[in-house]
Amino acid sequence: MAAQPKRLAEGGRIDRSRALDFSFDGRALQGYAGDTLASALLANGVDTVARSFKYGRPRGIVGHGPEEPNAILHLGRGPGSIPNLRATEVELFDGLEARSTRSGLQRLFGPFGRFLPAGFYYKTFMQPPRLWMTWERLLRRAAGFGEAPDGRDPDTYDKMNHHCDVLVVGAGPAGLAAALEAARSGARVLVGDEGQEFGGSLLAETLTVAGGSGADWVEDAVAELSSCPDVTLLPRATVSGYYDHNFFTILERRTDHLGPVNGGGSRQRLHRVRARQAVLATGAIERPLVFANNDLPGVMLASSVATYVNRYAVAPGDRLVLFTTNDGAYRTAMDWQGVGREVVAVIDARQNPESAQVRAAMDAGIDVIPGHGVIEASGRGRVSGAVIAPLNDGGVALTGPSRRLACDLIAVSGGWSPTLHLGSQTGVRPRWSDTAGAFLPGDLGEHAVCAGAVTGRRSLRGCIEEGASAGALAASRTGFGDGDTTLATPDTGESPESSPRAMYLVPHGKPVSRAPKQFVDLQTDVTAADIQLAAREGYTSVEHVKRYTALGFGTDQGKLGNVNGVAILARALGQDIDATGTTMFRPAYTPMTFGAAAGRDTGEMFDPERQTPMHRWHEAQGAVWEDVGRWKRPHYYPRSGETMQQAVNRECLAVRDGVAIFDASTLGKIDIQGPDAAEFLDRVYTTGFRRLGIGRCRYGLMLHENGYIFDDGVTARMADNRYLMHTTTGNAEVVYAWLEFWRQTEWPELDVHLTSVTDHWATAAVVGPKARDVLRKLCTDIDFDGDAFRFMDVREGHVADIPARVFRISFSGELSFEVNVPANHGRRVWDALIEAGTEFDITPYGTEAMHVLRAEKGFIIVGQDTDGSVTPADVGMDWAVRRNKAYGFLGDRSLTLADHLRQDRFQLVGLATADPRTVLPEGAQLVEDPGHRPPVAMEGHVTSSYYSARLARSIALAMVKRGSKRTGQILYAPLANGRIVSATVVSPVFYDPEGARQNV
Amino acid sequence: MLHIRCPYCQELRSEEEFSNAGEAHIRRPPDPAALSDAEWGDYLHFRKNPRGPHREIWVHTAGCRRYFNVLRDTVSYEILEVYPAGVPDPDAPGEPTP
Repeated sequence: MAAQPKRLAEGGRIDRSRALDFSFDGRALQGYAGDTLASALLANGVDTVARSFKYGRPRGIVGHGPEEPNAILHLGRGPGSIPNLRATEVELFDGLEARSTRSGLQRLFGPFGRFLPAGFYYKTFMQPPRLWMTWERLLRRAAGFGEAPDGRDPDTYDKMNHHCDVLVVGAGPAGLAAALEAARSGARVLVGDEGQEFGGSLLAETLTVAGGSGADWVEDAVAELSSCPDVTLLPRATVSGYYDHNFFTILERRTDHLGPVNGGGSRQRLHRVRARQAVLATGAIERPLVFANNDLPGVMLASSVATYVNRYAVAPGDRLVLFTTNDGAYRTAMDWQGVGREVVAVIDARQNPESAQVRAAMDAGIDVIPGHGVIEASGRGRVSGAVIAPLNDGGVALTGPSRRLACDLIAVSGGWSPTLHLGSQTGVRPRWSDTAGAFLPGDLGEHAVCAGAVTGRRSLRGCIEEGASAGALAASRTGFGDGDTTLATPDTGESPESSPRAMYLVPHGKPVSRAPKQFVDLQTDVTAADIQLAAREGYTSVEHVKRYTALGFGTDQGKLGNVNGVAILARALGQDIDATGTTMFRPAYTPMTFGAAAGRDTGEMFDPERQTPMHRWHEAQGAVWEDVGRWKRPHYYPRSGETMQQAVNRECLAVRDGVAIFDASTLGKIDIQGPDAAEFLDRVYTTGFRRLGIGRCRYGLMLHENGYIFDDGVTARMADNRYLMHTTTGNAEVVYAWLEFWRQTEWPELDVHLTSVTDHWATAAVVGPKARDVLRKLCTDIDFDGDAFRFMDVREGHVADIPARVFRISFSGELSFEVNVPANHGRRVWDALIEAGTEFDITPYGTEAMHVLRAEKGFIIVGQDTDGSVTPADVGMDWAVRRNKAYGFLGDRSLTLADHLRQDRFQLVGLATADPRTVLPEGAQLVEDPGHRPPVAMEGHVTSSYYSARLARSIALAMVKRGSKRTGQILYAPLANGRIVSATVVSPVFYDPEGARQNV
Repeated sequence: MLHIRCPYCQELRSEEEFSNAGEAHIRRPPDPAALSDAEWGDYLHFRKNPRGPHREIWVHTAGCRRYFNVLRDTVSYEILEVYPAGVPDPDAPGEPTP
């Protein structure tokens, strides 16, 4: 059992009675309940937690929250493991296994990574172009951090929707004050905070609040909030996305802190929140200072040092040098000294710091060295000293010799950067404030208020005050309270701070390009020299520099490095920070799991599946399924030992020679009623319906206004004012919406109503020369005689004692009756048809046979043979267009556009391959001269292609330029494998061109 | 994600329930046959696509399934107005538009 050498003897919000075992890179270590993985690693004296992205340099823990750029670790093993977690945000649990990960770049280039300059990819991989594919394969392997877990994630995730009056983002001092005010007004309040407990910075402060500790104040606030019935408190919940109209996503980690528990509830929950008002109390992140070797383990943010000392009772070193530009960071030195550790010196970049904080430090015997900077950290693997030197007034040059202070920890504070990511996500650009020395949130409008450190406030008292006002204001905007605050602003004993100094790059004795690396973005290994190089090479836009150097491209989105990077760029370009601007932030604020984004919508819950009433029968017959839209349709029914082609051949021949049965329930069906139903149909179809007799059917093409076919189908007139429209299976919903669009917006004067009845009917198509024999056994009240029940007639009667509509329509060219019965009776009627057909060897057939049969007849399938640029004339269907209607149908005018009358348009043809056994691949391109060197003109492409058992040869449909004039010509299909197939242009109707077979 | 008040249901509902159907107040020419190819092409293809307030048609797909008009700012995405289909274009009074 390992000791915890850096653990303080007392203090902290940890439970020393609950020791927790964990491991890091195989080393057995121990921490306490209340630790984060980061604090436990520091307590154990672990300096190096990772190797850097590009240079492979040792890196230690820098921060204590979501800003952490280095301690990006992999948790656990196997499918349930989680890559790329920030150790500062992982709560320690017993048995936790963590390991560091290497970047892909490190895996690929190893020690040579350090020779890669900014823009390396762009300079190296672009020439010569033919090598790009080789480079790309390498780069794919080099991309990114960490490793994806293998196997299916064993955890479950879910989602929850909320509506609230006031959403408070962040439960630090400002957020808690806002939540208290809003809750007291009676508003419905939701509070989300990323920490394991509410309180934010107050949990790590030594300041007193209203006479007690900060944690006491938090405890009281949380107790009051918990007692309000309309307040929901979400700890361990990162508000990660801010979208239009005050819609927020909150990622709640429900069981992550318990370790792998694969039983019961969800691991993470994505809350989807619509907030009438939002208070953004997201706080601020301390800004590091950029000096040489500032990436050595042992260089940490000042606030993080204070947090580890005060909250976790860990002193990540013994001898501290504090390097600051402001008064606030002095508290870190005081806290450090307070736990009995040595403060070597406070290096203050300001020439004459004058404030209560500075005096207090001096009074405590701390050596304050003003007008100096830490220009370089020294040490191997860990800080062992700080090189300091005097700075000039502007802070951009050294005015004297440097000297080295021995120390093992350098705490840095370059001021604070407000956490303005959420506001920026909505597209509102942050604005630079010279007074605050930071970017501040832009104008977020009337539905959100920012409060606390995010607005640039530095004092605790000010943050609480501003939070209270924001909470009261937000509540009053939703009708609760009058906007006045009720919370007494507590005394915090703070003294006013004097002005900080702006410092974004600490000068060195050598120029930036020669000095040891001065890191701006630790996660992506971007240095000050990289940014200056980008500026020298002509990059002036911050967005371009970001992409050229990778500044802010890491999983931390540049939470630490962005402002320094922008400022260094601004100086290199000789312009203001304001003019340079900042890059924008996108959701999510911190990385989230794919699991949480998917929630329960995985596996069979990913998309609903539609089944026909006969589904179980198909299943029992061993049907192979085809997905059509959301429908499951039998593709074919293989008998034992049959290949797909053999099954399809058998099914096709059964249709042509005997009798077969097909489940057509999935066809879209729209019931159209009203005195203007015929007029309506005339307007949306190419064909006319006004004079269609009752009990008759007609085929129609539906065009968009641009004249292109987008659906087809048969419509029957059931009664004087009632029609039944059939749509294609995949288009049913689209067609219904299209018809409603025109009915509601353009033709409200038409008295017509549309009802989707697709699911109301089950349809069994009985097809083949013996179809009549089967139906006559089950139906006595319909006369199936050829003269009484003609092709394109519909009759109503009873089939197997169930009321039925029988349509004599055909998509195969054979005698065919489509029996429609109410869906609940579908299976019963289907079973009766199968039983009645047994003596005729009735054969079920699937969609593949259906496709072959219709292709033999040259019938198109919209969306397969047409592609959204095809007019009726292009597919030889002028016969289905009636162009002299009183009201031009949709698309009518487009049919005579000059482009649509061109003679060289692509037109539907049939293709007969020279070798009847060769089946062309669908999508094959057609050329005239197979010997032509590329580029070669394309004459068309194959849209449908099958082997026809009846014709004992392959058949294909194709769209070919001037196709209708090229009958007899030979075209060539050069295939991907180098083979060239020759085929003759023929009529698209391969079988029974007179249509005799369906008129028997 | 937008929050849209359906003028028929009179409820604020999430964008997921709705579908956008393009620019509003495009009137189908009463006599298409009388138009030149270019004029018909204008009707078919040319849209305002403004930066700022834009009148567009939406349909409450997962609700009442009815079409209505929305005045939406294409920069801020703020919805300034919703009104039923059939209300004349407020920007072009006198025009008989859907």
